[in-house]
Amino acid sequence: MSFLAAALFSDRLVHLTTTDFVIIVFYFGLVLAIGFYLKGRSNTGEDFFMAGREMTAWIAGLSFLSANLGALELLGWAASSYQYGILAAHWYWIGAIPAMLFLALVMMPFYYISKTHSVPGYLKLRFGESSRALSAISFAFMTVLMSGINMYSMALVMRLILGWDINVSIWVSAATVAVYVTLGGLRSAIFNEVLQFILIWAGALLIPILGLIEVGGFRQLRDRVAQNASVEYTHMWSTLGSFTGNPMGIHWTGIVFGLGFVISFGYWTTDFLVVQRVLAAKDLRSAKMAPIIGAAFKMFVPLIVILPGLLGLALLPMKLLPESQAIASGGHSYNEVLPLMLARYCGPGLLGLGITALIAGFMSGMAGNVSAFSTVWTYDIYKAVFKKNGTDAHYVSMGRWSTVIGVLVSIGTAYLVMSFASIMDYVQALFSFFIAPLFGTVVLGMLWKRATAAGGFWGLFMGTASSIGMWAWVKADPAALRYVALSPNAKDMAENMYRALWSWIVCVVVTVVVSYMTKPKPASELAGLVYGATDIPSEGDLPLYQRPVFWAVMVTIVFVILNVIFW
Amino acid sequence: MHGDDSISIWFFIGISLVVNGVLILGAGIYQYMNPPLPADQVVLFQLHAGIWWGALLLALGLFWTIRNAPSRAMVASKN
Repeated sequence: MSFLAAALFSDRLVHLTTTDFVIIVFYFGLVLAIGFYLKGRSNTGEDFFMAGREMTAWIAGLSFLSANLGALELLGWAASSYQYGILAAHWYWIGAIPAMLFLALVMMPFYYISKTHSVPGYLKLRFGESSRALSAISFAFMTVLMSGINMYSMALVMRLILGWDINVSIWVSAATVAVYVTLGGLRSAIFNEVLQFILIWAGALLIPILGLIEVGGFRQLRDRVAQNASVEYTHMWSTLGSFTGNPMGIHWTGIVFGLGFVISFGYWTTDFLVVQRVLAAKDLRSAKMAPIIGAAFKMFVPLIVILPGLLGLALLPMKLLPESQAIASGGHSYNEVLPLMLARYCGPGLLGLGITALIAGFMSGMAGNVSAFSTVWTYDIYKAVFKKNGTDAHYVSMGRWSTVIGVLVSIGTAYLVMSFASIMDYVQALFSFFIAPLFGTVVLGMLWKRATAAGGFWGLFMGTASSIGMWAWVKADPAALRYVALSPNAKDMAENMYRALWSWIVCVVVTVVVSYMTKPKPASELAGLVYGATDIPSEGDLPLYQRPVFWAVMVTIVFVILNVIFW
Repeated sequence: MHGDDSISIWFFIGISLVVNGVLILGAGIYQYMNPPLPADQVVLFQLHAGIWWGALLLALGLFWTIRNAPSRAMVASKN
């Protein structure tokens, strides 16, 4: 309880009672207990890195979603909905659902049947060692950065809400995650992610319920938002006909092709952080159902993230500001909207659960990053480069050590990130550097037999290089925005969308051109890796309601209805 | 996820909800019987969200805990 002493600052948003502290401490105790309980079940590489490949569709699906429901999701998107209005919900609907369904129905069979341990591992099987090395190194780099961002966000919020010392928050949360992931490996991370998922909902769902009661219903919420901001804040599609007609400064082409296609497909289908959870499923049907279950829940996450931001816009008496202005003026920033709404409605006990939900979000994101980093480092960098013929026990030991080292590097990154003003834009930039080209490489590898090893590598390399190049170009000369994002009025997020789209196109074009210039692999070497060369088990003997495609159609129908309602 | 000798994750979740439910319900009842000064009350205090939200978590937690208790899982695996 020593960190509680450090909480005794005078400058804080809320004051916790003993009940709140007990709830928070109980949570930390429970996640550690789960880690210790699972310690004895993570002795082999399959157990430690792949959770024994025995997760049910529900466990894998909730974990798949929870690993993504980190600090940036809860706070960043609540802040974004305050800043940009309901447009932020695009990141939950078109920016997630089609990609998750595509992963389930089209890509999962190849990941699962190839029995790869990781996405870079798939690239090694399909394109060879050089593609794997490039993807593994960029993933490891991105993952520890993301983990650091998670830590920094959590520490910042704990300081803002509770007055906790930023260093104590970073080290306590990091140590907890390090202990339970090091002990129980992926199984422990997955178990805790499912627990965290439930706690996030239990702690955060009360805000929209009470907020809607206070404002008088959804129609009144729309009216108040239109009155306090503008009517454009309440529409998802009807304002996207021009760059200047909406708060985000983005055109519908950026949302559909940049976000809905490249960034979303890149993240949900090739980011090993989330894909690893699905690879732990017990059979192919479970692996296909897991992203569909994740998609069904994902559609409703805006209830606890986007809606609180809009309610803040409608109900909070003060105007929230960008981070830099808030620091200069002593006001509240966009990033504080969720904590402010929490403090508005939650009394003793509920406040503790709400804070626990935030901590759970941070820890699930961090654990996801660290466990994925550990797997990629051990299998795709250490085993591939430094020690090819180690024993299974040796790699498990390396997995545990790399978990600890990953956490330490993340802590260093958290301190580095403190100097960046806009966390969300920074993350989006990172996504477009690595994720968008990777999607081009993986999807061509899975669906096009003619793609060659050289094509895969050079496509990935040129896509990544072009993305970094465009980013540097706009940084050096802001006027370049009119070329990269098609408009001088585009905001940072719009720029990221278009940069991702261009880098994906560069990747695909280079892959196709180089592939036609080089010799393809014989079909016999592509079995289990590529469409047309892989026997995918039929689901024809299953009743309709047990088939993944049936549930994918159900999710698609709800997805379309939601977009029409909030058009 | 039940193995022969493993405790289901849903059991841990049930325990978590029971403990949280009891604490939140208890704090809600205490606040109902000893209301703070109006200046210290949260918005919509009169709805006593702690009581009904705590009761809901407790009920859900008890359901999950009992349904996934290790003793039931062992009986099921023997059968």
